[in-house]
Amino acid sequence: MAFDKRKIFNTAFFWGCRISTWGAILILGILIYHIVKQGYPWISENFITNFPSRFPHKAGLKSALAGSLWVISFTALIVVPLGVSTSIFLEEYAPRKRYMRWIQINISNLAGMPSIIYGLLGLAIFVRFFNLDRSIWAGALTLSLLVLPVIVIASQGAIRSVPQSIRDAGYALGARKWQVVFQQVIPAAMPGIMTGVILSTSRAIGETAPLIIIGALSYVAYLPEGPMDSFTVLPVQIYNWASRPQESFHGLAAAGIMVLLTILFIMNFIAVYIRQKFTKFKY
Amino acid sequence: MIAMAKSKALGTGIKLYLMACVSLTVVVSGSVIVLLGKESIEFFSQVPFFDFLFGSRWEPLLEPKSFGVLPLLSGTFLIVVGSISIALPFGLLIAIYLSEFASHRFRSIIKPALEILAGIPTVVYGYFALTFVTPILKSIWPETEVFNAASAFIVVGIMILPMVTSLSDDAFRALPSSLKEGAYALGATPLEVSIQVILPAASLRVWAAVILAISRAVGETMAVSIAAGANPKLTLNPLESIQTMTAYIVQVSMGDTPQGGVEYLTCFAVAGLLFVLTWSMNALGSHFIFAKGKN
Amino acid sequence: MSENIIEAKDLRIFYGMNEAVKGVSFKIKKGEVTAVIGPSGCGKSTVLRSFNRMNDFISNIKITGGLSFEGDEIYGPKMDPAVIRRDIGMVFQRPNPFPKSIYKNIVWGPKINGYKHNWDELVEKALRRAALWDEVKDRLHDSALDLSGGQQQRLCIARTIAMSPKVILMDEPCSALDPKATARIEDLIGELKKRYTIVTVTHNMQQAARISDETAFFYEGELIEFGNTNELFTNPKEKRTEDYITGRFG
Repeated sequence: MAFDKRKIFNTAFFWGCRISTWGAILILGILIYHIVKQGYPWISENFITNFPSRFPHKAGLKSALAGSLWVISFTALIVVPLGVSTSIFLEEYAPRKRYMRWIQINISNLAGMPSIIYGLLGLAIFVRFFNLDRSIWAGALTLSLLVLPVIVIASQGAIRSVPQSIRDAGYALGARKWQVVFQQVIPAAMPGIMTGVILSTSRAIGETAPLIIIGALSYVAYLPEGPMDSFTVLPVQIYNWASRPQESFHGLAAAGIMVLLTILFIMNFIAVYIRQKFTKFKY
Repeated sequence: MIAMAKSKALGTGIKLYLMACVSLTVVVSGSVIVLLGKESIEFFSQVPFFDFLFGSRWEPLLEPKSFGVLPLLSGTFLIVVGSISIALPFGLLIAIYLSEFASHRFRSIIKPALEILAGIPTVVYGYFALTFVTPILKSIWPETEVFNAASAFIVVGIMILPMVTSLSDDAFRALPSSLKEGAYALGATPLEVSIQVILPAASLRVWAAVILAISRAVGETMAVSIAAGANPKLTLNPLESIQTMTAYIVQVSMGDTPQGGVEYLTCFAVAGLLFVLTWSMNALGSHFIFAKGKN
Repeated sequence: MSENIIEAKDLRIFYGMNEAVKGVSFKIKKGEVTAVIGPSGCGKSTVLRSFNRMNDFISNIKITGGLSFEGDEIYGPKMDPAVIRRDIGMVFQRPNPFPKSIYKNIVWGPKINGYKHNWDELVEKALRRAALWDEVKDRLHDSALDLSGGQQQRLCIARTIAMSPKVILMDEPCSALDPKATARIEDLIGELKKRYTIVTVTHNMQQAARISDETAFFYEGELIEFGNTNELFTNPKEKRTEDYITGRFG
């Protein structure tokens, strides 16, 4: 009975697919459960308001939270205008030439370049060459390079989704190209661009390796007061705690992860909300 | 018509500014190449190229120093093989499930969940490997070391799985539905359609997904730094501690290595190798995607 | 004894090596409605889009021969395409309002071109002429995308009128609309011809017969027949015109 055999194989295959899919979701659940279980006992008001400490029960995230906030704000200020401008050129102005295709491929390669290489680049250019030392500036500029290709690709997608008919309508009214692009196309693409920008920036919040390379400190017991101050960030603090042998520091790391994931979750939620709420095109 | 001349000039100015922004992306890749190239040349003026590439002992920080990169490469290799052998089969099965079996509603739940999995910072995966995966491995194989390759490649596999799934899913959905319908009309089962029709037709882009996922695993840093250890050795035993290229760079950066010394230069030589590997894989991967996209 | 506003002399349009319009000559009379008919792919939209240089965005297009607007060469070296588009407005196949308010849809064109107006008056005038005022006067600041398809198309006409053009080009303006909305647009065209010259492409011969004064029949890139609409439909001179309007092909 050849057909029965086929049927059995097919059923097994179906369940294989199904179990894999649920398995992936289950792993996500286990990961979150494990972290909450380990970290929840350490979450307290002090955890947010204390500086790091040798004594686990006194240790807190204050300087790391402040550092992350500084670095991300500066990163966003630097990279958003650059990235969005780049995507505007690529989508609206770029000549359909071979070298533009190379630039496009270059950007997608940059998006896939290991983050640690960005760290070395930042170390050589910003920390050493421009003498910014281990400052917030150096960190933000390094992360900007890292996020740039990601923002470019995301914004390109948003701009591409604006129908050509909008551009035609603009030109037919006697508009110049920049008027069509900046007064019609970009405003129409704005919700998509915003979503992409928030998602890409949230990626930078979780970045650890490049900041370790450029020398984000692991023990900072003060708040940065300006962009030339040294700093630490949440993931570096988490790394520091996680790589200590003591159990209690692992608990702190888990609590730090809970804070980090909460921030990321809120940013993702906002991004998706903007996309759902403000996307205008249905045609 | 002053207003008109003005608006024309403004247009030209804007265009020039935008071009400058675009050229920045070229400058970034250019400076990576120059930087890694320059420092690597410096390194190879002190360490022979063949000793680096084929030497089997990596002890740049201890006397007598030795700069054979093979232990780091084998560490990275172990992570890549382990993680892709998790991510590829499961990633493909999930992609087939999503494109062949799942309802629209189910898709719309699963896809964001997978995106969350992909968006979790790698330091979190490292923590998960160290405090959750390793204890489990230890209870099965008591000889498991505290830091071990297996826990790291398991979490890296989880991390790159969404990438395999989403790129393959895109590839499957880009196929004309007539292809599938034709096979189903001949009485084929979903298994036969998937294995004999869909996978071959989408093979180029599935390969691209695999290559890009491998490249991601090669460059993965934090999870392996936390969970796999700092013990460069030539081994294929996943229960032992190892060191990858990326983890080595982190290790040196955490210490106080003086600038300009040969220890410091090793970072750039290793990074240069890392760059060549990942860049060529990314180029190949995007070439496959672009090539197929043209048809 | 009406004067001509657009004149083509041996106009040829190439897409790469492919000659889409093969040396056509015609004169479009001021203040009349000219319908351009023909089977799809005959080059009628290409000709229409060359009047306001909307073909400029196609990369491998080449245009030769003479094409003038009020005596000025449209493809002349000194002609600024943005300027010609102020005088020759266009309404597209599918309604394409900007994703902004009704009000902003209308004032954007005149504003970027540096015109000075009392904007409220301009909006009211344009909407009245486009027979849309009564339906939208209480929600001028709502999104244009909330309007129905027919209303959106009339808004696009109002937006064009607000530029005070001399010519309005319409590229199958009713093809995406239901019969009721189509009838309203056709009535509107009858109103508009008092003030503007209108050139409309349509694949609907009844529509051409209903609304136009002159009709041009294009076939495979050639202008087969051009003349008074009544005559062309009742007594075509060319065999191919007769075959087309009686439905033998197309």
